[in-house]
Amino acid sequence: MKFLCVECDAQMESFDKGAPGDGTLALMFRCPECHRQIAMLTNPQETQMVSSLCVHIGGRTTAEQPFEAVRTQLETGGESALKDVAAKEGDPAWTEDAEERLQRTPGFVRGMVRRLYCDWARDRGIDEVTLEVMDSAKADLGLEGGGM
Amino acid sequence: MKKVRTYYDLPAGTRSDIAGQLAAQVERLRRRLESVRHTFAVLSGKGGVGKSLVTANLAAALADRGFAVGVVDADLNGPSMAKLLGAGREPLEVVEDAVRPALGAAGVKVMSMDLLLEGEEAPVNWTGPLQESFIWRGTLEANALREFLSDTEWGELDYLILDLPPGTDRVIPVHGLLADLGGVVLVTLPSELSRFIVSKSLTMSRELGIPVIGYVENMSGYVCPNCERVGPLFESDGSSFELEKGVPQLAEIPFDPIFGRETESGRPGVLACPESRSARALQALADRVLTHFEGKSP
Repeated sequence: MKFLCVECDAQMESFDKGAPGDGTLALMFRCPECHRQIAMLTNPQETQMVSSLCVHIGGRTTAEQPFEAVRTQLETGGESALKDVAAKEGDPAWTEDAEERLQRTPGFVRGMVRRLYCDWARDRGIDEVTLEVMDSAKADLGLEGGGM
Repeated sequence: MKKVRTYYDLPAGTRSDIAGQLAAQVERLRRRLESVRHTFAVLSGKGGVGKSLVTANLAAALADRGFAVGVVDADLNGPSMAKLLGAGREPLEVVEDAVRPALGAAGVKVMSMDLLLEGEEAPVNWTGPLQESFIWRGTLEANALREFLSDTEWGELDYLILDLPPGTDRVIPVHGLLADLGGVVLVTLPSELSRFIVSKSLTMSRELGIPVIGYVENMSGYVCPNCERVGPLFESDGSSFELEKGVPQLAEIPFDPIFGRETESGRPGVLACPESRSARALQALADRVLTHFEGKSP
């Protein structure tokens, strides 16, 4: 799905998104020429339909994680059903408060979320995950909502 | 109306490339299964015919003969493979690009939804409004099955067996994922009603071009736990798939309460009571399956 500014015949660019955690999604687009802005709002059913396809709208920015669909979509996943192995070489360190926030993520997805943050930070040459780094990664990766 | 550009007029780099993402999933699956020699599915179409018990014991029988065997529990909403194969509920390790399977009887590798749920009584609930989940549930389940196949660290396997849930349509998504599925084993009871339903699975498999290895007649009789004599459980009308549909019968497995109890306790009867009639029938089934895939009698 793409948006075209009919006046300018220019493809609109996304510049912000919001997933408040209630199943809805808001995507904001702007015309690069006349700067007109629009927002696309989806209801939980539409959001869920797209999620069930296990594809990333806008394209993937991270490598697919093992059991990604099951881990992100199974509501009754066991807190300790999965045990993620130790950090990869070159992984950034975590500050105490960043680690504390991560621990609030459900255990079923925690390891996967840690991996996403680590890979995001490492790709940008960041050697320590802080709360600020988490916020930036969260917005960039579209992890808003769901306590991630 | 003003003429506007279409989706395909836009630069490719700015698109979601959904087709590319799906192709990557297919490629991931293909790579994972490169080290698996044979895949086949056990199905019936009808519930309550003892299909999972047959799968668990067949897997254990093959593994006990030295073959490397994995089982995918494709019955996401009624998973039983981990329990029947005695796989522990230890946390599954997530490594670089895969999840390590649980180990069951005779070293059978198992992946089952049961191992991922928060407890024995937890159902499979997906995110999103439950009342409307019927709309996307099928898609999510197909993706979960894909991940069980592609994201499990199977390693080198001789046989990967899929235990399918009841439903004559359940072989369709499996065929979509595994176009080169090596075959299906049908499980039925010696009753007209069971054959009536299982015949639909047979038709579906044939229409999809999946080789039908044969059928198993489960609960072909009742083994008395005292004298071990076998008596009838169902009134036979003398008909069979072999006669009516040209499908080879692979085994007749009598119902043996001791054998069933052992298997339900996580000790597959083929290993726990190998001299029982049911175990001998299942070993005969393993012989036939090996003959089919290995091209010679074991």
